[in-house]
Amino acid sequence: MNDMTPVRNHRSTGRDDGPLNISRRGFLGGAAALVLSVTVPVGRARAQAAATVAPGTRVNAFLEIRPDSTVLFRSAFIEGGQGIFTAMAQIVGEELDVDPVNFTVEGAPPGPDYLLTGGGRFTGGSMSVRTSYETMRKLGASARQMLLQAAAARLGLSIAELSTEPGRVVHAASGRAIPYGEIADAAADLSVPTDVVLRSRDDFRWIGKPVRRLDGREKSTGRAQYAIDLKVDGMLHAAVQHSPRLGGEPGALTNEAEVQAMPGVHSIHRLPGAVAVVADSWWRARRAVEALQVTWTEPAAATPRAMPAGFSSETHKAMLKSTPGDGVAFEQEGDAAGTLAGAARIVEATYDAPYLVHGQLEPPSAIARWNSDGTLELWIPNQAPEMFQAEAAKVAGIEPGKVIIHSPMLGGFFGRHFLYQTANPFPQAILLAKAAGRPVKLIWSREEEFLRDTLRPMGVARFRAGLDGDGLPVALDGVAVGEGPTGRWFGRQPDKVDSSAVEGIAGKVYAIPNRRVGQVHVDDPAIIGFWRSVGHSINDFFYETFFDEMADAGQQDPYELRLRLLADSPRHSNLLQAVADLSGGWKRGPFAAEDGSRRARGVAMASPFGSEVATIAEVSLRDGEVVVHQVWVAIDPGSIVNPAIIEAQVNSAVALGLSSALLEEVVYVDGMPQARNFDGYPILPPDRMPRVHVRIVESGAPMGGIGEPGLPGVPPAVVNAASVLTGQRIRSLPLSKLDLKGMEG
Amino acid sequence: MELTINGSTFQVDVEPDTPLLWVVRDTLGMTGTKYGCGVAQCGACTVLIDGQATRSCVTTVDSVVGTAITTIEAIEQDPEGSKVVEAWVANQVPQCGYCQSGQVMAATALLKQTPQPTEEDIAGAMVNLCRCGTYNAISAAVRQAAQA
Ligand code: FES
Ligand code: FES
Repeated sequence: MNDMTPVRNHRSTGRDDGPLNISRRGFLGGAAALVLSVTVPVGRARAQAAATVAPGTRVNAFLEIRPDSTVLFRSAFIEGGQGIFTAMAQIVGEELDVDPVNFTVEGAPPGPDYLLTGGGRFTGGSMSVRTSYETMRKLGASARQMLLQAAAARLGLSIAELSTEPGRVVHAASGRAIPYGEIADAAADLSVPTDVVLRSRDDFRWIGKPVRRLDGREKSTGRAQYAIDLKVDGMLHAAVQHSPRLGGEPGALTNEAEVQAMPGVHSIHRLPGAVAVVADSWWRARRAVEALQVTWTEPAAATPRAMPAGFSSETHKAMLKSTPGDGVAFEQEGDAAGTLAGAARIVEATYDAPYLVHGQLEPPSAIARWNSDGTLELWIPNQAPEMFQAEAAKVAGIEPGKVIIHSPMLGGFFGRHFLYQTANPFPQAILLAKAAGRPVKLIWSREEEFLRDTLRPMGVARFRAGLDGDGLPVALDGVAVGEGPTGRWFGRQPDKVDSSAVEGIAGKVYAIPNRRVGQVHVDDPAIIGFWRSVGHSINDFFYETFFDEMADAGQQDPYELRLRLLADSPRHSNLLQAVADLSGGWKRGPFAAEDGSRRARGVAMASPFGSEVATIAEVSLRDGEVVVHQVWVAIDPGSIVNPAIIEAQVNSAVALGLSSALLEEVVYVDGMPQARNFDGYPILPPDRMPRVHVRIVESGAPMGGIGEPGLPGVPPAVVNAASVLTGQRIRSLPLSKLDLKGMEG
Repeated sequence: MELTINGSTFQVDVEPDTPLLWVVRDTLGMTGTKYGCGVAQCGACTVLIDGQATRSCVTTVDSVVGTAITTIEAIEQDPEGSKVVEAWVANQVPQCGYCQSGQVMAATALLKQTPQPTEEDIAGAMVNLCRCGTYNAISAAVRQAAQA
């Protein structure tokens, strides 16, 4: 999600476009006639039941204190590696007075209690902790207050005479103690206090400390369960083959009888845009569905989002680069055009960045089970349970209240498990379970995932900068050309700029007095989605690399120029100095390293998701490849919950940012992606991982995000360093496309 | 076919060219071994065959009849394996965790063959992909496990 993602859980357009819903309804026939009682999956409400729920306040919706005084916590946010379950345990445990280690955390079901992201709910935008921090602290404090009240009633004492120690209420005067587990039931019947006192920061025992992740052991022993690992009684397995181009529909199946006779095959199905085989094991289903000889029809005219047969990423890029204009202005300061007209020197460049897949290691899956009470139960990887519930209800033709969503741990997501019309397997699973009359578990093979994953949009930006007689930038004009994912999924207003298309060109912190940032919207023919750090992952590369072009044109050192333009912004200049300090002092190079290689360093800054980041990378060239030896990252998220998790997330963001800079590119030819697995789409392997050094700066600014901010600075820092060594401007990614042979040394 | 997995024998009735991965996961219900790519690219499916790290997604089940197969489910019963797990927990290696079964198996195989691995040995053996970028934590944990 970008900084300004609308967070209500509806989409203003596009929900019903396309033939998919129509044919799904046709497929299901009378399913809408099923009428049954609504299942409310959340537990006891009792004293806390209210006509309207203020999200994040009903203690019993979130917390269950068990007889042994351990805590089951239902998290509004989904764990996918970012450490959110541990952070929630720290935040709630701090106020509740329970050691986080005694927490079990699971993803909460859909429900009004969990709409903590601006009135909606999703995990993304690096928002989980920062949007819920105060609310979750209050929740923990409220629960503690209820336990104190229950203990006071039991002991015939006043609350003022009692206090708590981790996991129990204590009466200091008598030395008596009651474990939380003994009074949990009584406490749960009390009403939630309206105001509670929060702990002072100075007394924090767990918030701000490197508390160990709760899931470390289960994930080191294979016991952690992801959607793909789950099983329900009596289920069959399904595999699909999608139309190679989106919008095509299955025509003739020429060998249907042979495939039906293959071992373990239960049934063969036509689905919107796909064929499926249901079998007694996934391997048999997969083998059978891939043996099916399908004639795919061309999309009917006006099929929304049909992939044109002639589409290629190369021609789309050329088209974006040649689309003229300044577009709609998003950010303006001073008089960019006028200053450019009178500038001593003009610097101009056009940049591009390719389509990317998410490449999370767990292939998507879905289990669907129609229950005899008319409810539909789904086990699905997702970042937004209520949105998936609403969509599943539409597909199934039942009320949303009859759809029960289970949200397992995610095997990586990076933006993959948002509700994307054609990229989620659950609608297929719903249809197959209905048709088979049995629960069905559908897994997309990696090859099908490469075919239907949403892509990071292709990005192009044009820059013009004006330098004064001293070589300092006095005007900057940046135009992003293309489409952002927020507009695609939340509705785009033609006269407004989608911030996800310009973030990272807009919102920069340097004091360049005359600026204009605009966007020329061009529809992206691909199904685009949110990719870790969204527009920043593209645009900060463009901007921060162009910044070095400006610096060089004006004969300024790129680090010193940044520092100079941040002179009036202590938060940013401190951070830039912090990263330089962490790296042993700024030096650009080229310089000779101990191993004899010739190296250089590049620097970049970014302001993503409420945090500030400064990054330095050290690179050399070897055998025609860019080698990244070390990356230093200084990150200022304002204030923090868990420094160990931050360090891990920065490592992770560096890896993904570097992977995108060095290796990754989705290439389309004839409307089809050329790579269908990691052999054709390499991702960062271990031997290309640099050493990563992290410094956390707590400036006290409002809390920012953690999961994504470490990423955007990496590609420009690496490219800026590589340009020093090659003596050439690099304006296109990935670097693996460049021919650098003979440039080292 | 008869398979020996984690010291127990199992009779399985599947096509002989079924990948071991799917026999372990679906037929036998041991889901700690993961499917990532199916084409020997990622290593999420790594198991030990007679102590050797092996990608089970491209290993047909008939080819491992008569061998000793070890999966992540039995890793803590293995002396090297339990050291590796402890080092993984101590170093807080996993993020999403999806690749980590395979990583732990690869590290265990390495330490079985090379109890005191050099950096090169580690780089040579720890080649599984991790989309969460836990590579630095992985090498730190392998070094720690070798010391344990
Ligand atoms: S699943 Fe076997 S190597 Fe990827
Ligand atoms: S921990 Fe997520 S893929 Fe390795």
